[in-house]
Amino acid sequence: MHELGITQNIVAIVTEHAQGKKVQRVALEIGKLSAIMPDAIRFCFDICAQGTVLESAKLEIREIPGLAECRQCGNKIALDKPFGVCECGSVQLNLITGEELKIKEIEIEEICV
Amino acid sequence: MCVTCGCSDDAESKVTNLATGEVNHHHHHHDDGNHTHTLPDGTVITHSHSHDHHQEASQIHAKMHGTTISLEQDILAKNNLLAAQNRGWFKGRNILALNLMSSPGAGKTTLLTRTINDLKSKLTISVIEGDQETTNDAKKIQETGCKVVQINTGTGCHLDASMIERGLQQLNPPLNSVVMIENVGNLVCPALFDLGEQAKVVILSVTEGEDKPIKYPHMFRASEVMILTKIDLLPYVQFDVQKCLEYARQVNPEIQIFQVSSTTGAGLETWYDWLSKKVSLPVMG
Repeated sequence: MHELGITQNIVAIVTEHAQGKKVQRVALEIGKLSAIMPDAIRFCFDICAQGTVLESAKLEIREIPGLAECRQCGNKIALDKPFGVCECGSVQLNLITGEELKIKEIEIEEICV
Repeated sequence: MCVTCGCSDDAESKVTNLATGEVNHHHHHHDDGNHTHTLPDGTVITHSHSHDHHQEASQIHAKMHGTTISLEQDILAKNNLLAAQNRGWFKGRNILALNLMSSPGAGKTTLLTRTINDLKSKLTISVIEGDQETTNDAKKIQETGCKVVQINTGTGCHLDASMIERGLQQLNPPLNSVVMIENVGNLVCPALFDLGEQAKVVILSVTEGEDKPIKYPHMFRASEVMILTKIDLLPYVQFDVQKCLEYARQVNPEIQIFQVSSTTGAGLETWYDWLSKKVSLPVMG
């Protein structure tokens, strides 16, 4: 399950940026064509976050839909898998969105004094 | 569970009844108050809510405010950075590195041993062998007399750039040579991890289904070359070669396809020609 390694990466990257402060929220962008399953990330997140500054942090996942542009006619096509056929018959597509795999933002705790 | 490698569970899976055309989507429902919002452009946002509202309340009372930090960081950045370093390492030594990927049993090791033996007089080939367990494949490769390092990933279902970096230190391949990286048998995960190779090569055998390219599109999309192996078995198996090539080109119109038999040697010259041309070209960064 590659999502476990990916989630460990997420925890490591966020931990580094949190600099010891407690993390309240992690926002991810996962493209629907990225071969990464949000549910599997969510499942691994609880385990990977244990004993770290991410423990009990909210996980927000934005799933970005797949969009491609046809190289032949320039038509934009919505995709749910990383290939497809344009109305003009061409399979020459450039993926525009849907392959994202990003940590967009994190929210860390700050105590007012 | 994925039958290819045990990746993930059946969350988000789709069951299609071919007889009735009925489609069932399966979603995991955790009792953690997850909420899903679908925006007009199709973006789906799912977020959890804390289990402990009392804790939330107490945090508010403690005047705790969250500070949002924009990261915009690619999750695979670390692997990609190491892969770039490996790519530079290969380039500096004028080494052609190929990442060979397939499902288990497609004939990667047999193709590799045959290739090494046939091209011995022309090319120096070293091998990094990736398997979850055992050094069986590395031993087979070693019999050809070439340098080989085995990486056992244990529970890991793919090689990554950091493993290759460590493997290269052990392998110490000579200048102006070829390094073949035989990835873990798996048609899913290896496609996502750049190792620093110059090209990915996917190997598919005629004993598998001709629809593999559209079943595992990420793998075939990421590969520059597809080698269809075991073609000597075509008279004995139901495998529509034309359909398979069609599917592969549908997923990846640029993919180069060689049809070979490592047993009889049929078609191997097309693969060897490609390899020789690739070696003679300057290694691109």
